[in-house]
Amino acid sequence: MNIIVCIKQVPDTTEVRIDPATGTLVREGVPSIINPFDENAIEAALQLAEANEGSRVTIITMGPPQADQALREAVAMGADQGILVSDRAFAGSDTLATSYTLARAVRHVGDFDLILCGKQAFDGDTAQVGPGLAEHLGIPQITYAIGLEVEGKKLRVKRLLEDRYEVVEARLPALVTVVKQANDPRHPGLRGVMKARKAEIPVWTAADIEADVARCGLSGSPTNVLRVFAPTRHAKGERLEGEPAEVAAQLYDKLHATQVV
Amino acid sequence: MSISLDREKCTGCKLCIASCPYFGALVMTDGKAELTDSCVECGACVASCPVSAIVLEVIPKEQVDTSQYRGVWVVGEVADGHLAGVSLELLGKGRELADTLEVPLSLLLLGDQVEDLVPVAGEYGADQVYLTQHPVLAHYRTAPFTDVICGVINRYKPEIVLFGATAMGRDLASRIAARIQAGLTADCTGLDIDPEERLLQQTRPAFGGNVMATILCRHARPQMSTVRPKVMTKLEPQPGRTATVIPVEVDLDERRAMTKLIEVIREEAGAHVNLGEADIIVSGGRGLGKPENFALIHELADALGGSVGASRATVDAGWIPAYHQVGQTGKTVHPKLYIACGISGAVQHLAGMSSSDCIVAINKDPHAPIFDVAHFGIVGDLFEVVPALIKQLKQAEGQVSGD
Repeated sequence: MNIIVCIKQVPDTTEVRIDPATGTLVREGVPSIINPFDENAIEAALQLAEANEGSRVTIITMGPPQADQALREAVAMGADQGILVSDRAFAGSDTLATSYTLARAVRHVGDFDLILCGKQAFDGDTAQVGPGLAEHLGIPQITYAIGLEVEGKKLRVKRLLEDRYEVVEARLPALVTVVKQANDPRHPGLRGVMKARKAEIPVWTAADIEADVARCGLSGSPTNVLRVFAPTRHAKGERLEGEPAEVAAQLYDKLHATQVV
Repeated sequence: MSISLDREKCTGCKLCIASCPYFGALVMTDGKAELTDSCVECGACVASCPVSAIVLEVIPKEQVDTSQYRGVWVVGEVADGHLAGVSLELLGKGRELADTLEVPLSLLLLGDQVEDLVPVAGEYGADQVYLTQHPVLAHYRTAPFTDVICGVINRYKPEIVLFGATAMGRDLASRIAARIQAGLTADCTGLDIDPEERLLQQTRPAFGGNVMATILCRHARPQMSTVRPKVMTKLEPQPGRTATVIPVEVDLDERRAMTKLIEVIREEAGAHVNLGEADIIVSGGRGLGKPENFALIHELADALGGSVGASRATVDAGWIPAYHQVGQTGKTVHPKLYIACGISGAVQHLAGMSSSDCIVAINKDPHAPIFDVAHFGIVGDLFEVVPALIKQLKQAEGQVSGD
């Protein structure tokens, strides 16, 4: 089985802040990581590959040259190869341009049975690229997978929804996005780390993947960020003190006063 | 966007005709397929063609004639035979946007035997309902919903389309946006109109809520957003206010649906499991000590008429099903009241609940980070405080009903 996993290198989001003076994002010194949901997609791919002999796991990321590091981490986990899709023409891509570009890259890889993505990226939280990619490729999408099985050309996925699970079937090739609860991503072993260090990571440009540059980057992105700002945080809260019955009564009064209860 | 069919390439296999959801849009002439004037360019046939004879051509965004697009639409979500709360909230917000733009507000209603919901849409603010009914649409699936909605959008050209930021809305809106090359902004918490340019200003959190961003879609149409449940306010229903029905006839085939629903599994009964729609959430963390103690959380939630949430640690430990998990890797919630019991408040948890209107934290550790976001903090033993609070609530309820 040929499995492609599309990943994103993201800043460690909890450390990103707005500079109050300039109103811009402070990214300096923020470490980059593989988007945590994508680690679950990689793990799901590796498990399927282990269960189906002769499988191949290819990791694709679109990003700047330093995203090479994320691909090496994926190879260290056990992926067979990593491909970096990188070109100045891709700068400023929104989710539509990104999904178009990834679709071109997937076409350039050639045959595939299954594409896996994380549920969403930690920085943007949109969950839009996976379904967009499936649309550009004209294949079924199954989002929010907590479990998946492949039997021949049949794919069976358990989805985690708001208040229930759904079991859905589709024919391969298909695209599946994976939630955090699907598995525990493995840590790279020493052999994996050695392999990753030596791995050839090809860099594919817009020309290599025959992408229409008008559909890439800023020019291919219908949405633009008008401004970014820091969210308003409420003032420091109030501590309620005393015996349990007293604090319960105080809390009840407070909630009652604000008409919450 | 425009669709074209290359008759030179066409082999006359008729797969496109089987895939077409709209009557008469594709016909066979001289042994080859031909697009007719009935085609609404929904794009369903593109993937069906084995020789790539049908192509959706992309119009550069600067060349889109935005003046052709008018009206605000809400894509309805049907849950257990009702319009989901988020759909009613979007009708409330959509009403405001439509009034500012001086255009009609429409609900897109897809399903099987859902005409009973039309009056509800009218009472909650819709002027029109585009109604599509077919057995293939009985439950939500990406492919048939996308095909139908892309066709209706291309035929009637709305300027704004709103979806709930739910599992369904986020799955569907992304696929539609990719097909019709629309701009889409995920998970909005604020929507406004720039009156001079008639543009939708879409505000959303990013980086786990550390940053807010306002997004515009200047050229492409429609402007599409998914909007978080519980952020917008539904209108008071006006009995007798009606919406005009615009029926949309479709011809769908189960075999073209791409996916098949095999089973729905609900581990718990009751309507209070969907955290996204909850007004009140009581969450339990590792401080509960063992799975059985979630009973106390359930008891408080029941006393308040709320839902039960959980920290990642408790879900990972298998104490409670995964769909209860609140946080960056679980659900982002926005209830009126969030009570965190025995939750220390890891940043990932805070990212999922810190925008709640009122937060109460109960924890033994006075330095727990949950107290930084709490409006009311109680340092104490949850096994003493929570029962006292339940007692207080029951007493108060007794007094009210005794009046």
